[in-house]
Amino acid sequence: MSGEHGGPAASIAAEVRHVETLLEQRGLVNSAELDTALQAFLARANPANGARVAARAWLDADFRARLLTDANESLADLGLSMGGGLQEQRLKVVQNTEDVHNVIVCTLCSCYPIALLGPSPTWYKSEAYRSRVVREPRAVLAEFGFALDPATAITVWDASAESRYLVLPRRPAGTENLDEHELAALVTRNGLIGVAAI
Amino acid sequence: MTERFAPGERVRTSRVDPSHHTRLPRYARGAVGTVVEIQGSYPLPDDRARGVASEPEPVYTVRFTARELFGGGEHSVTVDVWQTHLRRCDDAGNGNP
Repeated sequence: MSGEHGGPAASIAAEVRHVETLLEQRGLVNSAELDTALQAFLARANPANGARVAARAWLDADFRARLLTDANESLADLGLSMGGGLQEQRLKVVQNTEDVHNVIVCTLCSCYPIALLGPSPTWYKSEAYRSRVVREPRAVLAEFGFALDPATAITVWDASAESRYLVLPRRPAGTENLDEHELAALVTRNGLIGVAAI
Repeated sequence: MTERFAPGERVRTSRVDPSHHTRLPRYARGAVGTVVEIQGSYPLPDDRARGVASEPEPVYTVRFTARELFGGGEHSVTVDVWQTHLRRCDDAGNGNP
């Protein structure tokens, strides 16, 4: 089996709480420390981070080149990182072009670049999205209201291991005069997942 | 564990259907794809989920055509696959499952 991670959220929450209690009883974690670490991580984890990454990549060709080859290292330019959890996660940034459009998914569960996008939207974790986007991505994009040019090929990235993915959207036309801050304001979470154009 | 495959190489995923957890998605079993890149080395979750000791092993980004995975479609899908689940295969797609 692939590992069924679905099921009612309440039952998962109960299981997590049970494990947490066991860890606390054995002195392996401290409840207050865990809460502090989680709150600190989530306070920093926000789609605005991913938007800053995209805006910088649009403006700075050197940053973009490094972002696409070693994303983790380049994040430091913006004071960002893929740390915050137990270990730093590997990040892979995939660039949309006129010829290729990228979409990210985790078919086994819901792996997601939380540090750059915040907690994932409910639909990203749904069985419908996870099972359908690998089979019929163009139809799924259409349901998001995104009519991709039929001539543009699609690559779907299934985060089935330890890497996390982020889509670098195409820079919108007519934004030549915008600065980095203004460009970042145009970038949406769905654009960074690959289910919307910017 | 040393890297057995290089970017550009054709590989076939195993056809295992274990009773325990595996990170090889069902839709990508027994499929022929091309190695895109080597991500690094990580312990195999199939073992870790069972409490079995696991040495880090290479994980590869492997690109498959939708046609290979689903019998149709024009797109491609990349899957992150542990070396345990990959076999070498020739250009005709022959490889030990």
